[in-house]
Amino acid sequence: MTMYQTSQLTDRAYDAIRRNMRSLTTTGLILGVLTGLSACVQVSAPDKPIVINLNINIKQEVVYRLDGDAKSLINEEADIF
Amino acid sequence: MFDTMKKNKALAVIGGLVLTAVVAVPVMAQRDPAYEAARSSGLIGEKPDGYLGYVTSPSPAIKALVEDINIKRKAAYTRKAQETNSTVEQFAFTSGCNLILRTVPGEKYQTPAGTWNTRDSSAPVRDSRCP
Repeated sequence: MTMYQTSQLTDRAYDAIRRNMRSLTTTGLILGVLTGLSACVQVSAPDKPIVINLNINIKQEVVYRLDGDAKSLINEEADIF
Repeated sequence: MFDTMKKNKALAVIGGLVLTAVVAVPVMAQRDPAYEAARSSGLIGEKPDGYLGYVTSPSPAIKALVEDINIKRKAAYTRKAQETNSTVEQFAFTSGCNLILRTVPGEKYQTPAGTWNTRDSSAPVRDSRCP
């Protein structure tokens, strides 16, 4: 009786360890795949100089939004346009 | 008797309307003749930034005229920029797009590359951000 109980406990412990091992293996595999994928991304320095456009503060969407107001101003103050 | 009065009344109303129309037209501000002449002769032209520029080196009179108009333009752009929550440069640039489009054949305008073109019947060369 005592022997049986011990064996049962051992089996349970063994099962738990196996489950843990399996999840560890899965995590390891996923990590491995991710590391493998990221290793494929290659970054190379551009051969042309980087040009910063100073007119970036005037975006096309802003120009489209202001177009109606600009047109009405030109009509309102026709003497200076 | 009454008929005549009625007719007179109707005539008076029509006369009033005609008078209003005649008086209302000159109220709309027009370009100064010297400014109009400088534009059509190609001495000055419209720039993409919304201001006037000199195509050739200006005489003192032309210089004074352009500076005066550009100051007034900047004041108008500043007021409108505040109303529309934009910057003066953004509003001036949008106006520049429209002003170049409104030039008539023979007038000068500046391309984004900086050269002065004479407007012809074809569409003007403008910045790619223009609507």
